[in-house]
Amino acid sequence: MEALISLAVKAVFVENLALSFFLGMCTFIAVSKKISTALGLGISVMVVQAITVPTNNLLLSYLLKPGALAWAGFPDVDLTFLGLISYIGVIAAMVQILEMILDKYFPPLYNALGIFLPLITVNCAILGGSLFMVERDYNFAEATTYGLSSGFGWALAITAMAGVREKLKYSDVPAGLQGLGITFITAGLMALAFMSFSGVKL
Amino acid sequence: MGLRSFFDRIEPNFTKGGKFEKLFPVYEMVESFLYTPKAVTSVAPHARSYVDMKRIMTYVVIATIPSILWGMINTGFQANSALAMMGDAIGTGAATGWRIAILDLFGISLDPASYFGNFAHGFLYFLPIYLTTLVVGGIWEVIFATVRGHEVNEGFLVTSMLYTLILPASAPLWQVALGISFGVVIGKEVFGGTGKNFLNPALVGRAFLYFAYPASMSGDAVWTPVDGFSGATALGVSAAEGVQALAGRGITWMDAFLGTIQGSFGETSTLAIALGLVFLLVTKIANWRLIVGCMAGMMAFSGLLNLIGSDTNPMFAMPWYWHLVLGGYAFGLVFMVTEPVSASHTNTGRYIYGALIGVMVVLIRVVNPAFPEGMMLAILFGNVFAPLIDHFVVQANIKRRARRHV
Repeated sequence: MEALISLAVKAVFVENLALSFFLGMCTFIAVSKKISTALGLGISVMVVQAITVPTNNLLLSYLLKPGALAWAGFPDVDLTFLGLISYIGVIAAMVQILEMILDKYFPPLYNALGIFLPLITVNCAILGGSLFMVERDYNFAEATTYGLSSGFGWALAITAMAGVREKLKYSDVPAGLQGLGITFITAGLMALAFMSFSGVKL
Repeated sequence: MGLRSFFDRIEPNFTKGGKFEKLFPVYEMVESFLYTPKAVTSVAPHARSYVDMKRIMTYVVIATIPSILWGMINTGFQANSALAMMGDAIGTGAATGWRIAILDLFGISLDPASYFGNFAHGFLYFLPIYLTTLVVGGIWEVIFATVRGHEVNEGFLVTSMLYTLILPASAPLWQVALGISFGVVIGKEVFGGTGKNFLNPALVGRAFLYFAYPASMSGDAVWTPVDGFSGATALGVSAAEGVQALAGRGITWMDAFLGTIQGSFGETSTLAIALGLVFLLVTKIANWRLIVGCMAGMMAFSGLLNLIGSDTNPMFAMPWYWHLVLGGYAFGLVFMVTEPVSASHTNTGRYIYGALIGVMVVLIRVVNPAFPEGMMLAILFGNVFAPLIDHFVVQANIKRRARRHV
């Protein structure tokens, strides 16, 4: 249990997907203009991440890993080369389901997220989460914790970013830097603040 | 009124259509530095107050004076003690360089027991760093003000003073210049100047140096500006060996409170900082809610960690009153947590923001062996979340009032 807690803290703060790996930057920058939208997207990413990482973990341990197919009578088969395409497939399916649910039950959020919801499919933070799971050899419990907490870390980062950008509406940015430029600088400065956790061993 | 009439005479040159129209911000800077600006708001809303930006910023600078003076005395004291310990008289061994030459010229002794000698020696360390900060940062301010047509305002005086006070005395001047350039340009001016930034510019500059040049900004050798002498900060010692080990080095709580320990210029003396705090609270420049929140967060979280305890990490056992006097906590609490621009703007938000920083500083100090000094980073972290805290406080208030009037 303690190991899982420190894994969660690490995934949220130390190895924040957005601010220390800079994953999922396109949505991070494009959908962080308003806090409410950013919060919605953050929660969607968190949900998708919390579902796909454990699912991909199951997929890996019972279908793809060398020897994973032993239960079906193929102990020598190694399907890891199908990894990337299977993870993407799972992610795409999950996003599709999430989109249908949002459309039915939370239409305002569905409309606010617009094109960015299908884009979660190709959000590198999501695929990155699954690939980190593979690379670090997480078991199912770890994968579930990691999925949930890394998604939460990303959601935290994008919400904070939206907060800062709402505040920056009142600032007076030089013409050449308005829009994307200042957003990149803001993200960089936020990453500087998140550096406080670098080097933490949990 | 010779000077006043001089200003009135040359003013037309700088206003619209004048010869030096482009240099108006420079003229305005010098004029408002010397005289109270007579400009008043021409459109509604009007609020009458004796406090304007110039007064706020000047008050903050005044509040740092005890820390500045003590910083000079302590820097000189540490340098002189180190020299005395290394057995060097003037002109031999480590005791060389232009500072020693100047002190020698005026016949000022290097005896650590002499307050004036310590002060003079520390002054010679403080002055170059402060001047570099003022000149380099000032040049950036004037460039941006001239090109963008806004005013150079007194905020920079505060930024430069705070920035100098959180640097170690041995900081190389080119790094000082680089840090303040980053702080002023990226931390403040790209957002449009004073009041429009979201992070504290002095801290941005300091954090930039901290991560870019860790060798000359942290560690044991940088705090006493004498070559070949290394003395860990009291916080560094407690991180490595536990707070009990300080007694073995001859450091009592009173030493840390009064400030005769290793550290950055302004950070060492909690007493001098407390004098500044009293001034800021009496003049209502600092918001007491931030102080209360930050103290409560720090005390509660360090108390919790004391209860949990740890066999491997001695920092778990550090009590709150040591957290208060060691490292940059007190300085950050008084001069940086209370900075109105980057803090939360709602009253409830101020408690939460303060508590967040208080918790974070203890957390970073305790769990992160890489950075025993966590105050600077904790405040930056708090700055990032301040607008979000405000947002949720405002939303909660809207909801509460909506419920009241169904």
